[in-house]
Amino acid sequence: MTSVARLAGVEVVYGAGRQALGPFDLDLAPGEIVALVGPSGCGKSTALRLLAGLEDPTRGTVTRTAGRGETSVVFQAPTLMPWADAVSNVALPLELSGMDRAEARAKALAALDQVGLAASSHVKPAQLSGGMAMRVSLARALVTRPRLLLLDEPFAALDEITRRTLAADVHRLWDQTRPAVVFVTHSVEEAAFIAQRIIVMSPGPGRRVGQTLMDAPLPRPAGFRTTEAFRIAAETISRDLSVSMGAAA
Amino acid sequence: MNRALNTLAPLALIAVLLAIWEAACRLTGVPAYFLPSPSAVAAAMIENGPLLLGSAWNTLATALIALACASLMASSLALIIATNRLLEQAVRPLAVALQVTPVVAIAPQVVIWAGLAHADRAIIALAVIVAFFPIFSGALTGLKATDPDLERLFDLYGASPWQKLTRLRLPSAIPFMLEGHKVAGGLAVIGAVVAEFVAGSGGSQGLAWRILESSNRLQTAKTFAAVIVLAIMGAGLHAVLEAAERATLHRFRGR
Repeated sequence: MTSVARLAGVEVVYGAGRQALGPFDLDLAPGEIVALVGPSGCGKSTALRLLAGLEDPTRGTVTRTAGRGETSVVFQAPTLMPWADAVSNVALPLELSGMDRAEARAKALAALDQVGLAASSHVKPAQLSGGMAMRVSLARALVTRPRLLLLDEPFAALDEITRRTLAADVHRLWDQTRPAVVFVTHSVEEAAFIAQRIIVMSPGPGRRVGQTLMDAPLPRPAGFRTTEAFRIAAETISRDLSVSMGAAA
Repeated sequence: MNRALNTLAPLALIAVLLAIWEAACRLTGVPAYFLPSPSAVAAAMIENGPLLLGSAWNTLATALIALACASLMASSLALIIATNRLLEQAVRPLAVALQVTPVVAIAPQVVIWAGLAHADRAIIALAVIVAFFPIFSGALTGLKATDPDLERLFDLYGASPWQKLTRLRLPSAIPFMLEGHKVAGGLAVIGAVVAEFVAGSGGSQGLAWRILESSNRLQTAKTFAAVIVLAIMGAGLHAVLEAAERATLHRFRGR
């Protein structure tokens, strides 16, 4: 099957010769969930921006079969328009693409319903809790039914209980349209729970240090966190991470 | 209890200061043209009430017209400039120069340009100049203060420059523009008063003219009364603009 997106030997160098990423390779199959794990500043988010087409690599090539309208991004902050209510925020990508307003809002309402926020459709972001705002952000990302969903540490600012609920939500939502997902995170446990493939990156410039496969079926129940497979995967990822940090020291 | 104390404390201080002032005037017998007693100022205020209120209205109307003109001009210019970096680089120093130049320094020339028979036009023009910068600066800052991640999202969803302007940058600028207008409101009053002073023709019959007129006639109590009316008017306008800002922000952000 052709990949949804591919990074081949990409390197990103910012001003003053500071290399943020690479060389780095990533081949993303349709419907696959990949987690990028690494310390701060290892270029995880840079890799994500390359995949989104929001940035160009200094060297190497980025190939994407998912077009711009088929790619969605969720950032660390919910990144909602504070002046617009939840449904208007979710309808934004559809309206920008020229969809009729009424139709866009109907689809946005359905997307909000999927994340359990239909009742809050006319509430503005300031009145939402952190977890609710992130759900609105997820609904906005999914309303276009993307083939490629990029999640840039979306739960980093949330408490542990909310993070776990949202991780389960990501699986449930993914199951509806099965987009390819790249999930950037600091958290070993989160990566092991959510992803089928976990790539550990070294501190800047980010390179691949190790890769762990998790073939447990998706969506995974909350009890998956107590299984042997989860424990082994978390240990392997942690070991890779220690190697990556050791290499930097 | 605390709240009541907070309200009462400044009022009590004012009452004490007024009492000391009144007593000092009466005990020392200082002439009224030098320092009128608070009771004399109050009497002057009552006696000249209609005249002072009429003048206050003239000054307020001048300030409000100037604020409206400045708002239109400064917001439009900021909008044009925000779309072009080079244009911004070119205009910003001129705008700053306009801001730091004292209005009294350019007022005589503006009065000449407006024509001596049209002092009112010169006064409005000068108040516009004073009120222009905070609105311009606020709008320009606001138009550029968009959340970079939101900007990326708009790019990702293929938004046109027009969509980015109307659906992202303008709404993002609203809180900054409201703040700019609040500051500009106070400055427009100051600009109007300074301009009335410099024009000095009495053509506008604003509060500054009453101050000039009464002080030239050594009617110091009336001068004080006019200054107090001016201060109350400025504070009132500021309070109204602040309430409008708060109400708009509340609607805007939903809290």
